[in-house]
Amino acid sequence: MTAPAVFRTCDVTGLKVERKAELLTRVNAVVSVVALLIGAVAAVLLVLTRWQAVHLLPADWFYRILGVHGMSMLIFFIIFFEMAVLHFASTALINARCVAPKTSWFAFGLMLLGMVMVEYLMWAGKADVLFTSYVPLRADSNFYLGIIFFAVGALVVTGVFFANLVVAKRERTYEGSLPLVVYGAVTAAIIAVITLLHGAIIYVPTWLWSIGVIKHIDPEVYRMIWWALGHSSQQINVAAMVAIWYMMGALTIGAVVLNEKISRSAFVLYILFISMASAHHLLVDPGMGPAWKVVNTSYFMYMAVLASMIHGFTVPAGMELGMRLRGYTKGLFDWLRRAPWGDPGFSANTFSIILFGFIGGITGVTIGTEQINIIVHNTLRVPGHFHATVVAGTALAFMGATYYLIPLVFRKKVAFWPLAKIQPYIFAIGMTIFTLSMTFAGSFGVPRRHWDITFSQAPYDVQMNPAVDVILAVVAFGGLLAATGALIFIAIAVVSVFFGESVGTIVRGTAVAGIPQGLTNPPLHSADVHERSAKLHAEAKGIGGTTPGTLVLVFVFLAAFMLYFFVNWKALSFIWKVG
Amino acid sequence: MHTETHTGLEAPKGVWWKPAHPTEKLWVGIAFAWCMVLFAMMPLWHWKGGQNPSGVRRRVEPAAYYKRVNEMIAAYKVGDDRGVPIVAPPPGSDIYLAAMTYQWSPILKLKKGAQYTLHLSSLDVVHGFSLYPININFMVLPGYDYGLRVTPNESGDFRIICNEFCGIGHHTMVGRVIVEDDQ
Repeated sequence: MTAPAVFRTCDVTGLKVERKAELLTRVNAVVSVVALLIGAVAAVLLVLTRWQAVHLLPADWFYRILGVHGMSMLIFFIIFFEMAVLHFASTALINARCVAPKTSWFAFGLMLLGMVMVEYLMWAGKADVLFTSYVPLRADSNFYLGIIFFAVGALVVTGVFFANLVVAKRERTYEGSLPLVVYGAVTAAIIAVITLLHGAIIYVPTWLWSIGVIKHIDPEVYRMIWWALGHSSQQINVAAMVAIWYMMGALTIGAVVLNEKISRSAFVLYILFISMASAHHLLVDPGMGPAWKVVNTSYFMYMAVLASMIHGFTVPAGMELGMRLRGYTKGLFDWLRRAPWGDPGFSANTFSIILFGFIGGITGVTIGTEQINIIVHNTLRVPGHFHATVVAGTALAFMGATYYLIPLVFRKKVAFWPLAKIQPYIFAIGMTIFTLSMTFAGSFGVPRRHWDITFSQAPYDVQMNPAVDVILAVVAFGGLLAATGALIFIAIAVVSVFFGESVGTIVRGTAVAGIPQGLTNPPLHSADVHERSAKLHAEAKGIGGTTPGTLVLVFVFLAAFMLYFFVNWKALSFIWKVG
Repeated sequence: MHTETHTGLEAPKGVWWKPAHPTEKLWVGIAFAWCMVLFAMMPLWHWKGGQNPSGVRRRVEPAAYYKRVNEMIAAYKVGDDRGVPIVAPPPGSDIYLAAMTYQWSPILKLKKGAQYTLHLSSLDVVHGFSLYPININFMVLPGYDYGLRVTPNESGDFRIICNEFCGIGHHTMVGRVIVEDDQ
C-alpha cells in the first residue's frame, strides 16, 4: 500500500497541491533549464561562427555543436519541460494526486540517463551526425541507445499522466469536464505517444544496425519515420503551448473561454492530422510521389492549420472578452493597451502568440507547400521558420509560464524582478530580428547547416550576393540578443529556485516585487459577471460581436498570410522549369 | 448564445456543446475557405505551373548508377576542370549527376531553353542538391534515382552546393553547371 497523499492548499488558486507531484514537476523543470543552458551556450557559439566576419569555431566543432544545440533544445529542454507540464496539469490543476510516483521517478531517471549518454557522446565527438542522424551516417551505438532510453522514459510519463486523469475522474477531484487547459495537455500527451512510438520504430532498428545486427536501413524510410518523431515532437510543443496560452491568459488577465466546443474541436483536429507533418521534410525527396506529398504536407487539406487559425482567434478573443468583462470596454483596443505589459507572464505569453502566428505560422505553411519547397529546402529559411515556432513561440510561452510557476510550484519569489520584467522584450525582439533575417538570407539560397559559405576550401569559387554578409551579421546580432534574453531567463530561474526568497503567504491586493501581478492581484471576475456578459452580448453590434479588436487583428494576420503565400508562388515561377 | 463565463482553468459544468458566437463562426468559415485555397494551389500548379518536384523516381543500386554516369561521361566528355570531367550531352537527353563525399560529378554543360532529364543520386550518404544562385533544391539519396525534367531559362556558370550535412568536408562539396546560349 502506498502512503496517503499529502496535499497543501495553494493560497492563490485554492487548489490542492500534492507534494509528491509537485516535486516531480520541480525536478523535470530544473533539468529542462539545464538543457536550455547547454543549448543557449551552443547557440552563441553557432551564431558567432555563421557570422563570417567572426567565424569562431573550426569546422568539426561547428557541426558537433550544431548537433548539441538541436538535441539540447528540441529534445531535452522542450520535452523535460513538457514532462513538468504533464505532472502539473494532471495533478495540481484538478486537485488530484500522482498515482505512480515511483514509476515517475524511474522514468525521470531513465530520461536523465539518456540525456547524459547523448550529451557525452556528442561532446566527445562520437556522434557527429547532427540532430537528424540520417543513415548511412553512423554514430556510436550508445548514442541511439541513449535516445531510446529518453523516449521510453517520456512514454512512461505520458502513461502516468493518463493514469492520474483516470484516477482523478474516479475519485471525483473535479466536477464537470476537464478544464480546457488540461484538455490541451491531454492533446499534447496523445501526440507525444504517437511521436515517441515513431521514435522507437526508427531508433531501435538504427541501434541494431549500429551494432551490426541489421545490415541495411533504407535512407528514405529512415527520413520518413525519423521526421514523424522530429516534426511531430514539435507538434507536442504546439499543443502544450496553446494550452499554456489559455492558462496564462486566465492567470494574467482573466481570459475566458469563448466556446468550449470550438476550442476543443480544434485540439481534436491537432490529434487527427498534425502528425502528417513528417512530409514537410520530404517534399523534394525521391521516395514519394506528388499525391502522397500533397495530401500529407497539407495535413489532409490543412485541417491542422485550420486548428491553429481557430486558436489564433479564440485565444486573443478570450483575452479581449476577459478584459472587457472586467470593465475595459472602450474602443477597439483599450483592452490591449491597458493589459499588464509589465508582467513578464503576460508579455511573454502575448509575444509568443504574435510571433508564433505571424512569423512561424505564415512561413511554415508557405514553405511546407509542395512546390514552394523547391526554393526553400535546406536553406536558412527553414531554421528561420522553426525558430519562430519553437523558440519565439513555445520557448517564450514556457518562459512566461515559468514566471508563474516559480511562486506557485517552487514557492519562491522571482529573483532580479526588474530584469524579469524586461526579459520577454529582449528575447522577443532578438528572436524577431533573428528569424526574419535568417528567412531573408535563406531566400538568397544560403544553405543551413553549413560551416563556410565563403567556400574557401571548395574547388570552385561561389560568389555569394554581397547582401548576404550584411544579413548574416544581422542574424548574429538578433541571435546574440535572443541568447542574452535566454541567459537572463536561466539566471533568474536558477537563482530564484535555489537561492530565492520564499514567497510566504501571498496577500491579495498587495503588489510585491518578485511575484507577478496575476498572483497578488488575481484578475477575478466580479460576482455579476454573467449579467455583464449578457449586457456585452446584447450591446455587441455587427460582425465584430463582443471581440471587435480581435477580429481586426485576425484580418491583419490573414492579409499578411495571403501576401506572403502568393509572393512565394510568384518567386517560384521565375526559376527554371522543373518537373 | 454563449457558454457560461469561465476561464480555461475551470472545469466547465454540464453540457458545453453550445452554438458558437457569430464572430467565431465567421472566422472559422474564413479560415476554412483559406485552407481550401492553400490546398487547391498545389494540384493547380501541377496542372498549370512550371515547377513541380514530381520527376521520374526509381530505385537504383549505387554501383549501377555510377556505371551510368561513367557511360555518359565517356560519350559526351568535352574537357575537364580540376580533374572533374565536363560533359555536353545533347538537348532532350538523360543526364546523370553523382553525389559523393565531397564532390559532384561530372560538370554539366547545357543549352538554354532545352529540356533535359537530370538524374540525381548518391554513391554514399545523403546529400542535398542546391543550384546556386538560382536556388533550386532537391534531396539526393543513395539507392534512389530522382529524374527531374529541367529547362534552363538563363545562361551562366552556376554552382551546385551540397546543402545536406554529409560529413566533415560538407562545406567543400561544390559542383558546376554551365548553361550556354543557344546560338
